[in-house]
Amino acid sequence: MFFDDPVLMSRLLTILTLSFHIFYATIGVGLPFMIIIFHWLGIKKNDLHYILMARRLAKGFVVTVAVGVVTGTAIGLQLALLWPNFMQLAGHIIALPLFMEVFAFFFEAIFLGIYLYTWDRFDNQKKHLLLLIPVAVGGALSAFFITVVNAFMNSPSGFELVNGELTNMNPLLAMLTVSMPTKVTHVLATAYMTVAFTLAAIAAFRLMKGSETSYYKKSLNVSMKIGFIFAIASAIIGDFSGKYLAEYQPEKLAAAEWHFETEERAPLILWGILGEDHEVKYGIEIPYALSILAHSDPNAEVIGLNEFPEEYQPPLIIHYFFDMMITIGMFMLALSFVFLVARWRNWSFVDKNGYRWLIVMGAPLSFLAIQAGWWMAEVGRQPWILRGIMTVDEAATTAAYVDVVFLGFVLLYLILGIGTIVVLRRMFRKRSIEEDLAYYSGGDERWA
Amino acid sequence: MGLELIGITVLWLFLFLYVIVGSIDYGAGVFNAHSILTNKQHILSKVIQRYLSPVWEVTNVFFVFFVVGIIGFFPDSAFYFGSILLIPASVSIILLALRGSYYAFESYGAKGHKGYAFMYGATGIFIPASLSVVLTISEGGFVSFENGVPVLDYTALLTSPLTWSIVVLSLVAVLYISSVFLTWYAHKTGDMKATALMRKYAIIWSVPLIVAAGGIIFELRNHNIDHFESIMQLWWMFAISFVLWALTLRLIWLKRHFGAAVWLMIFQFMFAFFGYGISHYPYLLYPHLTIYDGFTNEAMAISLIVVFILGMLLLLPSLYLLLRLFLFDKKYVKGKRE
Repeated sequence: MFFDDPVLMSRLLTILTLSFHIFYATIGVGLPFMIIIFHWLGIKKNDLHYILMARRLAKGFVVTVAVGVVTGTAIGLQLALLWPNFMQLAGHIIALPLFMEVFAFFFEAIFLGIYLYTWDRFDNQKKHLLLLIPVAVGGALSAFFITVVNAFMNSPSGFELVNGELTNMNPLLAMLTVSMPTKVTHVLATAYMTVAFTLAAIAAFRLMKGSETSYYKKSLNVSMKIGFIFAIASAIIGDFSGKYLAEYQPEKLAAAEWHFETEERAPLILWGILGEDHEVKYGIEIPYALSILAHSDPNAEVIGLNEFPEEYQPPLIIHYFFDMMITIGMFMLALSFVFLVARWRNWSFVDKNGYRWLIVMGAPLSFLAIQAGWWMAEVGRQPWILRGIMTVDEAATTAAYVDVVFLGFVLLYLILGIGTIVVLRRMFRKRSIEEDLAYYSGGDERWA
Repeated sequence: MGLELIGITVLWLFLFLYVIVGSIDYGAGVFNAHSILTNKQHILSKVIQRYLSPVWEVTNVFFVFFVVGIIGFFPDSAFYFGSILLIPASVSIILLALRGSYYAFESYGAKGHKGYAFMYGATGIFIPASLSVVLTISEGGFVSFENGVPVLDYTALLTSPLTWSIVVLSLVAVLYISSVFLTWYAHKTGDMKATALMRKYAIIWSVPLIVAAGGIIFELRNHNIDHFESIMQLWWMFAISFVLWALTLRLIWLKRHFGAAVWLMIFQFMFAFFGYGISHYPYLLYPHLTIYDGFTNEAMAISLIVVFILGMLLLLPSLYLLLRLFLFDKKYVKGKRE
């Protein structure tokens, strides 16, 4: 049909599914954590506002969980459908974390079901809060195990390669690869950060629209604080990721940085346009920064892309993904830092609409940074699916009609995406916070 | 018992559990849509939604568990089935995705939307049908090899009477399992009208079930004589299954012990399902792939089994809690808790 190449179509379909799923997966990891914080603050301060935040968010959470579950199922099956040769090989060595992920998810699903339907069944609110902990832990563990698999694809280990055959498998060592610690922590920290900034954005937006002021002010303050903490964590871990790349996947770092010649005291180039002969125009050059990122030493030597054979060089477009991620990360760090300082010093400019618009922008930007980070990670591994062992060309299915299937999924994600937005809007419009407050504070003792 | 056998037994058990909980779920959706069509929704919808709401996600996980497990224990199956099933499995994924998300959309966003209810009911028919095709393919005869890669012959598959008898059986089984379960559940809620209606459905679908199941055995004789002969050697399992079916029907007919009827029905399917599975041994995909040549390495197999046991220690108490809170909580099932 329109694209006959099954390898290309398999890649496109995988990008499509992963990019769509990551929105929901990020929320799935970050939101239960935020709900716990609000719920806990509500019990501790005996403040109905925080309790209602937890309660309202939990309701919305169900919708995103539902789509997250079904798109996650799609990925699980698509791995085998689109990359049968990879899964055959990987099944022998990296099936363990995939299997564990199912358990983590199982656990999460059970307790989420219980939490949602038992708001008023416990006399002691703390018991109800406890039910949410397995949900948050399950969500984090799911992300952990899946990222372990992705880490294995970047830095495979836990086996020996003898005459092209994998032998002496050790499933546990395959989970504990060199890229695992930085990848896992980065995924978790950015998920918490993104969800916190998204909630901050919603609060800022509602404040501009003149909604229940103290409710949204509390939500904004807590969310910005948590967002700031995880923005710092993400930046620090990001720095470690740079050092990991320099050591173990230098071609990825070199391609992301458009760093062609091996040299000492390497500068970091942000943005720019690549001219002929690999000459960078209009870029922002930060002296020594790449050497520092790669080796914590301004004089250190950084390996250039030209050291690698052309067929193993990752696509140069990942430079933009990398810069997008870093620029947004730094912007959000600064934005939340200024906000917290302003709160502390009682500066009022952060309560003006101009600053609030910046906070509102933070939600789509943070999600864009997550997407860019994954595109950088996945496209930057090309041409490999399993670095050094199997390329995507060797891994892909040879089945016909991948293009038709691709169209089917485009349609599916369109329906699910629109459905999510419509349902969430309707859900929160139907019952505004003012109505909820009036309903629950009418001398009701269930929050006492 | 070799590791291969342990692996496939665990997976088959989970597939069986999915067949049961999935059928209840799919059938409930069909009955719900049907009741709206015939203006009987006041009788059924409440009962069905009270059961479905807290457990639908858990149902889905049984399926994912089976898929991930089979790739883990039998990585070669990823290659064989992955290459063959692109279209049928993608259709199933899309339907499952629509079903799962629209259920959530309807229950939490747009309550009582008829379009969603019909969609939900329709997927309850199409998903079992599309999933059951995998069983048909595993009987062999529809797969050839081109350059060492398995290719599915769609024409042969779609024109085979075996395909369609398995599709029919899957549909009838869904409606039967679901109606027997919901008869009991409705009875527990104390809703007489819903009980009577579900009981009627259970009786209606019981006879087609046995006819369809018998028809498949007959079809297999033409299609895969090896498998037919191993089924004949296990005749006693199918005989027990038949007796359990008759006992279930008797209890339902006499309006007695609906709870016991559910258990009898589960055991009826267990004997038939395991009889079928054992007679299929050792093939995953007849005659190309057996559980022995598709098996993973020993280290992986042992770690998967260890993780499975640890996971069960975590899950069984949690599942028990879920059931206790929703299925066996008298106040909840009677709708006195929201």
